Amino acid sequence: MKNKLLPFSIVLIFITIFIIFYKGLQDTNLYTPEVKTNYEVPSVSVELFDSGKIVNTLEIFNTDKFYLLNIWSSWCVPCRQEHLILMDLIKNDNLKIIGINYKDTKKNAKKFLEELGNPYDKIIFDNDGTNAIEWGAYGVPESFLINKNKIIKKYIGPFSKESMEEIKLFIK
Amino acid sequence: MLFSVIGNYSLFLGLFFGLVLIYLSVKNFKNPKLLDTKILSFTFLQFFLVVISFLCLVLSFVLSDFSNETVFNNSHTTKPFFYKIAGTWGNHEGSLLLWLLVLTLFILIFLIRTKNQPIKYRILTLMFQQIIIIGFFIFLIKTSNPFNYIYPIPTEGLGLNPILQDPALAIHPPILYLGYVGSSIIFSSVLAATTLNIVSQKWASHIKKWALSSWIFLTLGILLGSIWAYYELGWGGFWFWDPVENVSLMPWLALTTLLHCILVLEKKLILTSWVIILSISTFALSMSGTFLVRSGILNSVHTFANDPERGLFILIFLFSLIFLSLFIFFFFHKTNKNNLSSFFWLSKETAIIVNNWFMMYFLSVVLIGTIYPIFLDVLSSQKISVGPPFYHKLIIPFLVPFLLIMAIGPKLKWIKSNLDDKIYLISLLIISIFLSILIVKNFSPNFLINTILISSALYLFFITLRDFFIKGFKNLAQNIAHFGFSLLILSILFNSLFSNEIITNLRVGEIFQNTKTKIVFKSISQKKEKNYRSIIGNFIVQDSKGKIENLSPELRIYNQPNIATSEADIKTTLLSDKFIVINMVQNQDFFNVRYQVKPFMLWIWLSVILISFGGLVSFVKKDYEK
Repeated sequence: MKNKLLPFSIVLIFITIFIIFYKGLQDTNLYTPEVKTNYEVPSVSVELFDSGKIVNTLEIFNTDKFYLLNIWSSWCVPCRQEHLILMDLIKNDNLKIIGINYKDTKKNAKKFLEELGNPYDKIIFDNDGTNAIEWGAYGVPESFLINKNKIIKKYIGPFSKESMEEIKLFIK
Repeated sequence: MLFSVIGNYSLFLGLFFGLVLIYLSVKNFKNPKLLDTKILSFTFLQFFLVVISFLCLVLSFVLSDFSNETVFNNSHTTKPFFYKIAGTWGNHEGSLLLWLLVLTLFILIFLIRTKNQPIKYRILTLMFQQIIIIGFFIFLIKTSNPFNYIYPIPTEGLGLNPILQDPALAIHPPILYLGYVGSSIIFSSVLAATTLNIVSQKWASHIKKWALSSWIFLTLGILLGSIWAYYELGWGGFWFWDPVENVSLMPWLALTTLLHCILVLEKKLILTSWVIILSISTFALSMSGTFLVRSGILNSVHTFANDPERGLFILIFLFSLIFLSLFIFFFFHKTNKNNLSSFFWLSKETAIIVNNWFMMYFLSVVLIGTIYPIFLDVLSSQKISVGPPFYHKLIIPFLVPFLLIMAIGPKLKWIKSNLDDKIYLISLLIISIFLSILIVKNFSPNFLINTILISSALYLFFITLRDFFIKGFKNLAQNIAHFGFSLLILSILFNSLFSNEIITNLRVGEIFQNTKTKIVFKSISQKKEKNYRSIIGNFIVQDSKGKIENLSPELRIYNQPNIATSEADIKTTLLSDKFIVINMVQNQDFFNVRYQVKPFMLWIWLSVILISFGGLVSFVKKDYEK
């Protein structure tokens, strides 16, 4: 009996460790972003794409207009499709689109915009992808609808027709 | 493009041959007269395929083929040629491919070098090793394929993190991996030997080689990482008790203990359970190192790319291996009861066992310090970080008996012993205590603990030093390693006791002066290289003896990715290092200057080299005797 107890308890200990590690993985705090909605806009210093100026994010989203924060990159294929939708959305006066240029080079990004048009009011240059993490993003493309410094809704992946309609409803 | 395709298919083929090898081994195991020649050729083929795949990745890096996602994420056309190659394993995908390369290489060497071992044992070892290899193949292909495409093809890559662009760090991963992965052979072999119940003296002397070689690589790998941290991270320390460092220290502790157990097992058929459990834990700790670093479960100063999906895979894989080995251990292992009773308290094996327990204690301190924050976070969502004070408090006091036993243990005989030449032992102890009182008296606030520590380290130092003269070539390997260890502890102690630091803000042309040191910030100059620009500060430092030194630390601004690093300037002499580093302060015209005098830095590195040299001597010696 005593002999059976030892292996059994050791296996039990390892199972406990496994479960704890497993749970630990679920809420990895560093690089697993949470879906943040109805949260304040994170206050971080960012570099602007055109001027290279460092500004705080709160300064960017400070009016009562609606903002669409769009994470994009020149190397991201779905971003190209989405770009057409963005160009369409920008016709709304009530909406400003802010871009986060994610893990990209300025040269490639500029070419991309020259080719497909520039819907962005401002672009945040996020060379190493850390800014996107502050926002709780998973990757590109991804967008956040923001009003009064609050994140209302998050869109993962490229926009669909439905999400576009939804945004239009929100803005009204 | 072409290379990515070739590399990718080689990986799939390698995985396929892994499965074929398992099938062949099972077939061969049932009818084990001769080792199937096909097994050897397929093992070679598998290794060859991984080499091809690895070379393809290297070539993609060299040619800056940005259609490959790994290259795109980690390379840049302006990067120097050397770092294009080193960039191959400077990232997650490439480093895993390197793991696989070493795994397949080692099993090939194992099969070639063990012709005089029992066939069944060789086949079983191959089988266990193939399970590990297949696991890594699937991990690589499924979650971190180094040959993913990007389309449209970017014209430029994102560049390698500048702090990784460094010669020491370029060779640090391969060396460390040789150590880590070497432990996989020990793991497979111990499982095979346990299953067949042949954990014996003969087996011990055969596996000793493998343990030694991976121990040497692990020691050197840790050393290189530590040297890199010293001059690149710009803090002037060499060990930070950072989780990433701890995960390399833990297998080292387990492996060192294992090595000593194998030595005992070789002489006398005891400690078999120790050997089995330690072999398993060494490899499990190496794997959990990969898990902890790669999954992002830990917060660390140098966290690498991480991804929870990868973490989950390694976690499941790791625990399957642990459960497999636990099953084998409890099911097949039979302890030999006869030999256990014959322990005499004063003997070499008792000393080794006592120190093994100390090493297990150190290991558990490091283990707890590393994973406790995770447990706490999961169970109560509190976030804490465990720092150096925790480790120092728990480890340092126990170093004293550890060092003393390390000094006296080798003097004892196997089985039963009396202490010979007691007069020498005692007089050396008195001399050590006396000397350390002299050294510590004027300097340190913690007089008592420092005296005790230094005297025990000095004691080991003197005893091993004396042995070089009276014993000559007998036990040379052990003596060199223990001597190196005493030197290491002494250097670390002196280093922490006598280090000096000045932190100040200086403008160009200004002078800092205190009673001992004068620092003149003479000028700044600029330099432009292919992949970075740099600002160089020119300093003149004068110490109390009037000795003048020119130091020029650098601030580098890399263009891809756009990151600033500060490169310390270090003047190394035999007795001390002068270390200076500057940092820009935002919107100010002055620089933050840190100047440190660190005694015995060089000796810390040298003593670790000496320790591994001890291992090398033991490795070579055995060959020579055969």
